Amino acid sequence: MIGEHSSKQYDHELETIRSKVLLMGGLVESQFLDAMNCFRSGNEEAADRVIAEDDQVNQLEVALDDACSHLIVKRQPTANDLRTVMATIKVITDLERVGDEASKIARVSKSLHGRGVPALNHYEMVRTIAVSTTDMLHDALDAFARLDGKQALQLIAQDAVVDHEFKSIMRNLITFMMEDPRTISSALDTLWVAKAIERIGDHAKNIAEYVIYVVEGKDIRHARPPAPAIDGTAV
Amino acid sequence: MPTPMPTATPKEKTIEISNLNFFYGKTQSLTNVTMDIHAKQVTAFIGPSGCGKSTLLRTLNRMYDLYPGQRAEGSIMYRGRNILDPNQDVNMLRAKVGMVFQKPTPFPMSVYDNIAFGVRLYEDLSKGEMDERVEWALKKAALWGEVKDKLSKSGLSLSGGQQQRLCIARGVAVKPDVLLLDEPTSALDPISTAKVEELISELKQDYTITIVTHNMQQAARCSDYTAYMYLGELVEFGETDQIFMNPARKETQDYITGRFG
Repeated sequence: MIGEHSSKQYDHELETIRSKVLLMGGLVESQFLDAMNCFRSGNEEAADRVIAEDDQVNQLEVALDDACSHLIVKRQPTANDLRTVMATIKVITDLERVGDEASKIARVSKSLHGRGVPALNHYEMVRTIAVSTTDMLHDALDAFARLDGKQALQLIAQDAVVDHEFKSIMRNLITFMMEDPRTISSALDTLWVAKAIERIGDHAKNIAEYVIYVVEGKDIRHARPPAPAIDGTAV
Repeated sequence: MPTPMPTATPKEKTIEISNLNFFYGKTQSLTNVTMDIHAKQVTAFIGPSGCGKSTLLRTLNRMYDLYPGQRAEGSIMYRGRNILDPNQDVNMLRAKVGMVFQKPTPFPMSVYDNIAFGVRLYEDLSKGEMDERVEWALKKAALWGEVKDKLSKSGLSLSGGQQQRLCIARGVAVKPDVLLLDEPTSALDPISTAKVEELISELKQDYTITIVTHNMQQAARCSDYTAYMYLGELVEFGETDQIFMNPARKETQDYITGRFG
C-alpha cells in the first residue's frame, strides 16, 4: 500500500513511520507479556524491567508524533496516505497507554508479592482475560501491519467478550472479599490488574477501528444503531 | 443532535455535459465525458498534463471555435440549449461564460478601460454607470483598494497577482453566470495565490466557477466538487472532500497521493 510514490523519499518516510509503529507495537506486546509473568511469579527484577521499558515506548511515541508532523508539513498527504498518518498518530497514543497499563500491572505485582503469599489464586483469576487480551493486541498489530480490515472487524467483536469477562472477575472478587476480609488487599490488587488488562483490550479495539479507517475510509468509532425517532420532538 | 455540515449539497445544475467527445483534427482528446456543473459551486478539474481538463474547460464557452480543425460532439446544455449547436451566438455565450487564463492577459490599455472594454460590447452605459460598474467589478475582484488611485495607468503596470485579479474583474464586469478559470494562479506567488483563492470563495456566492488546476491542494481548498480526468476520460467526479479523503477509484487515489507515472 505504501510503495510506488513518484517520490521515493516519500515512500521511505512512510515506511520508516510504519516500521517504527510496529517496533513500538512489539515493545508493548512483550511489555504486557512480561508484566503478566511478573504478576504470576512475583519476580521483582522483571517487574522493574517492565517499568523501565516504558521509557523507551514513550520516546518512540514522541519520535513518531514528530515524524508524522514532519510528513504532513512536507508532503500534504491525501486519501489513504492521509488516513494512514492520522491513524498512526492515534495508534501510537493507544500503544503508549498499553505500555502504561503494563507498567501498572508490574507495579501491582510488586506490591502484591511484597506482602507475602497472596491469599487467593490471583493469577488463575485473570488468566483467561489475559490470554484473550494478548491475542487481541497481537491481532490488532497484525491487522495494522497487513492493513487487514476483516481481521480488525473480528477483533472488535472480541472486545465485548473481554468486557464481560472483566465483570465476572469483579463479581468473583467481591464474593471473596465478603467471605474473608483477609483477601481484600490481594483481591483489590487483582482487580486493578484485571482492569488494566481490560483497558488493554479497549486499546486493541481502538487500533482495530483505526485499521478500518485506513482501509475503508470509514470512521466506525462510537457508532451505534440509530435511535428510534420519537414523534413530535425536535432532534 | 448535531449533524455534520454538508460542504456541498446537491444544487441546481448550471451546465449539463453529456457524452462529450472532442477532437483536435483526427486526435480525440475527450471521450464520452458526462458530468454536471452545479450552480454557485466551485468545480475543479484535476489530472496530469494532456488529460483533457483544459480542453473540457474550453468547450464550455466554445473557446476552441477560434481554431480550425477542432470540433466537439455530444451536448453541453446551458439554459436549456445545447451550446455546441452551430446556431449558438458565441459572443453572447462568452459574455455569460467568462474565462480567465493561466497567464494574466490584461489589454494594453488603462486599468479602467480593461474593465470597461468588455462591458461596452454588451451594454450601453452612461459615464456614471460605467464608473460604478468598474468600481463594482474591481471591488468584487478584491483589487479596488490597490488600484483606485491608478485607474488611468496601464493594466500592464500592475504586478502579476494584480494583473490576474484585473482579468478576473474584467470577467466579472460583464456579469456572467459562469467563470472558467484555467490555472489562474500557476504564475503567481503564494500571497497573490491566496488572494485569488480568497476571491474564488467570495465569487461563488454569485457565480458558478470552474477551475482547472495542477495544484491539488488548491483543488482541495477551493472547490466543492472535483473531477479527476485521465487520457481524455472522466475517471471520477464527486464532492471534493470525498475525492481527497476517500476516493472511490484506485486511479484517482494513485494520482492524488502522488503514485503516478
